[in-house]
Amino acid sequence: MLRERIQASNYSFLDKLKSIDYLLILLIIAIGSTSVFAIYSTEGGKFSFYTKNHIIRLSIFFSLFLVLSFVRVSTWYKNAYLFYTVGLILLITVLFFGISASGATRWINLYFLNLQPSELMKIAVIICFARYYHRIQSSDIQSYKFLIQPIILLIIPCYLVIQQPDLGTSILIAGSGIAIIWLAGLNIKYFVYSGLLLLVSLPFAISILKPYQKSRILTFFNPDRDPLGAGYQIIQSKIAIGSGGFFGKGYLKGTQSYLEFLPEKHTDFIFTLFSEEFGFIGSITLLFLYILLIYRIINVGLVSRSFFAKLYCFGFATAIFLYVFVNIAMVLGMLPIVGAPLPIMSYGGSSLLSIMLGLSIVMSCKIYNQEQISVY
Amino acid sequence: MLNRGRNIEKGRVITRRMFILAAAKILLFAGISSRLYNLQISDREKYEILSDKNRIREWKTPPQRGIIVDNFNKVLASNDRVFQLHLILDEINDFDVTIFKIKNIIGLDQFEIKKLYKKKERLKPWDTLVVSDNLTWEQFSKINLYLHELEGAKPVLSTSRFYPYANDLVHIVGYVGDASPKDLEKTEIKENFVPGLKVGKYGIENSQEKMLIGNYGIKRYEVNASGKRISQIDYIKERQGNKVNLTIDIEIQKYAQELLKGKAGSICAMDIFTGEVVAMASSPTYDPNKFTHGINQKDWQEIRNNPLKPLINKSIAGLYSPGSTFKPLVALAALEYGILDPNKTIKCKGHKHPYELYGVKYHCWKKEGHGYMKLRNAIKQSCDIYFYEMARLLGVDKLSIIAKRYGLGNNILGDIFNDEKKGLVPDTKWKRRALEQSWYLGETVINGIGQGYIQTTPLQLCLMTAQIANGGYKIKPHIIKDYSINYKDIINKIKLDRSNFPLHERNYLDDINVEYYQRMYHKKSNINFVLDAMFGSTNEQYGTSYKSRYDDPQYQFAGKTGTSQVRRITDLDRELDLDTEQIEYKKRDHALYVAFAPYKDPRYAISVIIEHGGSGSKAAAPLASKLIKRIIDRHKLREQFNNGNTSLA
Repeated sequence: MLRERIQASNYSFLDKLKSIDYLLILLIIAIGSTSVFAIYSTEGGKFSFYTKNHIIRLSIFFSLFLVLSFVRVSTWYKNAYLFYTVGLILLITVLFFGISASGATRWINLYFLNLQPSELMKIAVIICFARYYHRIQSSDIQSYKFLIQPIILLIIPCYLVIQQPDLGTSILIAGSGIAIIWLAGLNIKYFVYSGLLLLVSLPFAISILKPYQKSRILTFFNPDRDPLGAGYQIIQSKIAIGSGGFFGKGYLKGTQSYLEFLPEKHTDFIFTLFSEEFGFIGSITLLFLYILLIYRIINVGLVSRSFFAKLYCFGFATAIFLYVFVNIAMVLGMLPIVGAPLPIMSYGGSSLLSIMLGLSIVMSCKIYNQEQISVY
Repeated sequence: MLNRGRNIEKGRVITRRMFILAAAKILLFAGISSRLYNLQISDREKYEILSDKNRIREWKTPPQRGIIVDNFNKVLASNDRVFQLHLILDEINDFDVTIFKIKNIIGLDQFEIKKLYKKKERLKPWDTLVVSDNLTWEQFSKINLYLHELEGAKPVLSTSRFYPYANDLVHIVGYVGDASPKDLEKTEIKENFVPGLKVGKYGIENSQEKMLIGNYGIKRYEVNASGKRISQIDYIKERQGNKVNLTIDIEIQKYAQELLKGKAGSICAMDIFTGEVVAMASSPTYDPNKFTHGINQKDWQEIRNNPLKPLINKSIAGLYSPGSTFKPLVALAALEYGILDPNKTIKCKGHKHPYELYGVKYHCWKKEGHGYMKLRNAIKQSCDIYFYEMARLLGVDKLSIIAKRYGLGNNILGDIFNDEKKGLVPDTKWKRRALEQSWYLGETVINGIGQGYIQTTPLQLCLMTAQIANGGYKIKPHIIKDYSINYKDIINKIKLDRSNFPLHERNYLDDINVEYYQRMYHKKSNINFVLDAMFGSTNEQYGTSYKSRYDDPQYQFAGKTGTSQVRRITDLDRELDLDTEQIEYKKRDHALYVAFAPYKDPRYAISVIIEHGGSGSKAAAPLASKLIKRIIDRHKLREQFNNGNTSLA
């Protein structure tokens, strides 16, 4: 153990620079700049509020990402529970002191940024669970004693986020947590049983949803139910994407978004705008960038020695996948509209911050990939 | 070491599970890709159409109505500049406030405001509400002054129908108004309609809709999700409707209308060769301009309740017994069928010894009687007794053939006027079919003096006179200029034909239908006899319209008076023998007169009817005389203009 610790502390700066995953950085820059162009287009080709803010945030958070990449992975490990606790406290703070917008209370005013703690919680759950399962013996994983703890750790933030109300983020948090439990090796039967249980209790679950959530889900199954109300977003989004065709309508020429038929085009529906203007080719390219990103993150996990790093990277990769999948499937009308941003592309500080934070941990896993963390 | 082994196992589990997850991710991403493929490649067209539907909105721009001109290209119906106030609904935040402000500026009453709210309900949120389509200049300038306070208000210079000869032409030209649901069923309106467009309601405006309406323009705008116009993409210009050229001479029409002022009746004038209707006046009349912006209730009631019925176009929709104006045709029929020798003498013995048939007495209009009469004198002095006997000999069926052939009992102007009446020329067959009764000889007798079942319109009488005056040739009356026919040739042909063909086959008389510009007579001398008798009636002493004659051969005309009874004359009436003024208006006789001029070389036929005017010679003939002079004075001008025009066409 001692030998390993010495080894880790002996990384020279040059070694660190050498082991940076430059392709990952390149991918982040690529998606980041695409997002700048997309948001510039949502404003009708004018360099104003959203574009400016997005560029500022991107540069600040990207720098933060670079700096935090050099934090030792063991430091992340040690502070994982703290991270989770802070996230939980912030979520509780939202409950009492949160600021509201369009019927939901999700944000805390930090003066320079309206922080959305549920976004940070996405990362906190992953890092917390990675640490939790890092030290559990594979023989103990199947026991109820060790299963009950992560389930409680997951239910608390999910419940708090649903209360805001924010079903989308809550599902994404639960999804990333469950992904790590899966990766840790919990018997498949648990997943099958709970999946069946979920299916059976679905009608009951729907009945306790807020009316607007219910209507969104019903609308998902039949968008024409209310074409000017709840179905409007899905219909207009599909029109925008479909009319983009193979090559798209051209940059800054997306009529659907330019003429304001698209709702929330700079946040949840940014993919719609991008797809309308750049067509099938553009959409597939963007999708490919995300696949590469996920692949690079998995790759970091594969070359890492510690379980913590592996669990974290695989978990985070799955989380990124979930965000991308849920968002795109949503705007394509394959999933109900639940309110989930597209990583990096969507305008929104908290989401960008949490993704960058998560990526910096991945990068630190890469830089310190030989670092072994004690299981005790 | 145990630990180490367990760790290796744990690492393997994590990696294996990761790969399972990765496989699932790849599957789901493949799902997204195929969905993208579906939307953007397979269903692209469908979504492109939906997208265009979303972003492009059309506004139709109203076409200008075609103008209507008279024979000399004088404008009878034009499009005048009007000041309008439009409200662009999607630019207004608070409709109530805007309407309140407008109300204060241009002074709308409660009723008009209610109407505006009703109108607004029927419009789409991006439509335009026409607050007023006819502002005064004062209102218009006031609106412009306060424009900055009125959101969405748009003062507009537009056009609306204007009839410069308002009252003089309403029965011919008609008027326009808002389209009713029934109007919108007509194809020509349905295809060219734009909300707010005025359509023809009556007369030429109505029947020539296809010509006049034009085609609307289309402005295509790109709009945003809330319907606000962003930019104009396309503009197909509207096309003005075609010009409709009437055969009417507005100067003569005006004069005819003036002659009828204060009376109820009709004056028609027609070119006896071309069939062009030169004037077709009907009185009383009303102002079509009042209908353009919707007539107000008071004016409408005034027109509707007028006992002289201004809404009826008496020239074509007024039905009258022709009275003695029918006599020339009866005489012609008798001569053509060879029923009677014009030298046959019949004695008219006055009211003491009337004509008797199966115990029923038939009186002549002249109390003291005409004495011994031959046919020419009987026409000239309009002796009823002679015609009773002649009609009896002729029979109603033969008479009806000639009457129909010369233009009675049938629609004349085709489908130009939907209120044109056919009138009625009775015969035995008709009576059996319509009344299921057999014909009585007594009915033939009174038919001989143009009373009884027979019903004619003034224009039919004019046509009858024209077709006798032109020598017995069938003409095609029309009121819209027909440039497809060279009338100069036709006139020459008719005149040449007339001098060369004194006779026609005998069996020709059985047929009612004759081709246009063909002979209708059997013997030319019969026509000439009737024309000569009509000359006598006007230009010789004891003629019924002798007082209205002109001695100047340029204006000299020939005619026939008529006095048509509106009720049966009783013995008491004969005894009282009251003057027209002493009889209740409704019971007075209709005064009629038909004539053609100039006598030496006839060109125009004219018919005058004054409802309840008394005797034809006193009430109708003088008006005809005045109008004839005016028509002949303008003949040269018309001839020059028409020849110039035809050569152009």
